[in-house]
Amino acid sequence: MQGSTWSDGIVGLLTGLGLPEMLALGIAYGIGAFILVNFGMISALLLIWITRKAISRMQDRLGPNRLGPYGLFQTVADAAKLISKEIITPSQSDFLAYNLAPVLSVFGALMLLAVVPFAPGLIGVDLNIGVLFVVALGSIGVMAALMAGWGSNNKYALLAGFRVVAQLLSYEIPMVLSILTVVLLTGTMSFGRIVEAQSLTIGGLNLGIGWFGVMMPAAMLIFFISSLAEAELTPFDLLEAESELIAGFHIEYSGMKFAMFFLAQFVNAWILSALMAILFLGGWQGPGVGLPVIGPILGFGYFFVKAYAVYVLQQWVRGTFPRVRIDQMMYFAWKVLVPAIVGLIVAQAIAQKLPFPDPVIYAIIFVANIAAIWLVATMLQRYIKGESLRTKRSFEPTSLIGTMQEAKEYAMY
Amino acid sequence: MLSQYAFILIMSSIALILPVAAILMGHMLGPRRPDAVKNAVYESGVETIGDTWVQFRAQYYLIGLVFVVFDVEAIFLFPIAVAYEQLSMFAVFAAIFFVLLLVVGLLYDWRKGALEWQ
Amino acid sequence: MPFPLPPLPTIGQLVFTGIALFTCASALGVVLARNLFHGALALVATLFGVAALYVMLEAEFLAVSQVLIYVGAISTLIAFAIMLTRSMMYGKTSPLNRQAGKTGLFAVLIFLALFGFVQSIPWPASAAPVLANESMIAALGEQFVTNYVIAFEVLGLLLLVALVGAVMLARDN
Repeated sequence: MQGSTWSDGIVGLLTGLGLPEMLALGIAYGIGAFILVNFGMISALLLIWITRKAISRMQDRLGPNRLGPYGLFQTVADAAKLISKEIITPSQSDFLAYNLAPVLSVFGALMLLAVVPFAPGLIGVDLNIGVLFVVALGSIGVMAALMAGWGSNNKYALLAGFRVVAQLLSYEIPMVLSILTVVLLTGTMSFGRIVEAQSLTIGGLNLGIGWFGVMMPAAMLIFFISSLAEAELTPFDLLEAESELIAGFHIEYSGMKFAMFFLAQFVNAWILSALMAILFLGGWQGPGVGLPVIGPILGFGYFFVKAYAVYVLQQWVRGTFPRVRIDQMMYFAWKVLVPAIVGLIVAQAIAQKLPFPDPVIYAIIFVANIAAIWLVATMLQRYIKGESLRTKRSFEPTSLIGTMQEAKEYAMY
Repeated sequence: MLSQYAFILIMSSIALILPVAAILMGHMLGPRRPDAVKNAVYESGVETIGDTWVQFRAQYYLIGLVFVVFDVEAIFLFPIAVAYEQLSMFAVFAAIFFVLLLVVGLLYDWRKGALEWQ
Repeated sequence: MPFPLPPLPTIGQLVFTGIALFTCASALGVVLARNLFHGALALVATLFGVAALYVMLEAEFLAVSQVLIYVGAISTLIAFAIMLTRSMMYGKTSPLNRQAGKTGLFAVLIFLALFGFVQSIPWPASAAPVLANESMIAALGEQFVTNYVIAFEVLGLLLLVALVGAVMLARDN
């Protein structure tokens, strides 16, 4: 039984005051849960600011810069505005599905925080099945999208709801399987122990840089790509394609109900980047986390730096890439990512059973990962080549079809 | 272990109450002046024709089916991955065979064009 | 004291009662909902309730697989199936039909039979201590590929058949 250490202090304090242990534990958990949930809600404000700043810098704009230093209070003002706006309920919406959807989508995002290890010993609960808990909570988001799409009685919303579900389901498989590579390596599904396994002890000193991402870059990349899709960010944002679907499944929501979807989306994106930091970038591991007092504080800092760095990376991709088509989205998930990650898992499973010392096995896994990246890159290159040729052909006057040279100058497109 | 889930229970009740409270606050603070046009279904300013339902592709259903299969596969692989250190060679091959069976299924769907978005 | 008070329920019992009531209520919702989509939503709630009961039995892996497979995948499929067919999406079905009386009778009979079984069977209690934490999941995984390897591979075959069958289904559409 690995007790989460953060609650022990509060419980000790309360039992010292004469409260029964059960009640003390309940109060401690209540405080912890309240802090976590509010952390999620408030960090969304910061995340929105980071997103807007990052994207606008990429597009050569300034972004919010009026309210507070660097426009930091812009999102606070936006939240205040959203809270005072009229909540419009479309006339033919379904009461149950329409109103439950925003609540559930926030619920699904916030509950993920329960298993995120922030620092050594600082984790809501270190569940034995933590990894699967995260994946299972994702299904609440799927249900919420379906409910919103169906409940608001709008053609666009319903269409977007379908697309969301198709995309989330398709990318859940590569994501789950890329997490499986980590579980295969560590033999544990608890986030606490996965992070602990990423230490690198040399001469009795924990350097904390045994990150799995170094050894398994392909798995990390696949996790990152699928997390982009799960967070509905730009290369995969065809669910809210403004030119086709107006806004996505939350088109009929306004005021606070819309804000809930917005919040859930940002919290989700952040937690997915935090998960990548935990699974592949060592979480709170880093040089000096083994030190007695300063270690946990350093770890806390490392974790947040990594999580926000991955988040900014997500926004970078979002600001750079064009949107994919729905058939490309499907192609990429089922014909590129799933075969690549299944091959990786089989290769890793065989490598781990080879009668070699550990460093050799790790080297083999690394080589397999590089091979997987190379394979994916070649497949994509071939696909893009074919696609650009096809596009070119379709814009050509019919009389000229067939006279065109075999894509020598495809790089132009 | 149950005390861990007590935390989950407490946290889930807070995580449910907070958004509900936020929405209710929005209801109280915001104005409320509904009218027929405002509450109408939004469709880029055009009046809606027919009902919401449009003919959907059966493809969505197919993707759902393929997803179920791979979801079940993944969930069975997780405990095996946890136990991987203590597995014998025979058990490892059994697990790999299980994965390969599904790869065959994926290849079949691929060949039949089921993964294509037509 | 004139009335002997029953012993106070423990927190565990209270939570169990709450979950059980929630599960039963949403299960009733599945059968009684006039709108099929609401029925599907109630089904999701029921499955969540059952998962919570698994957690109370300390079978966390079972609980999480229940949520993953039934809530995440099967319910989505059901919702898709409802939305794909026009009549199902808008039709308000009545929870009662001509067979309601007979089915109700059978439901009661089955309940009585199950109740009798639960009461009369001496449930075997395993002498071995319950494995703690992760070793339980590891033991489960090991059983899949050692003692139950045939069943496990047959399951893989079944999933393969499902993949093939999915294509056949979509072809017909």
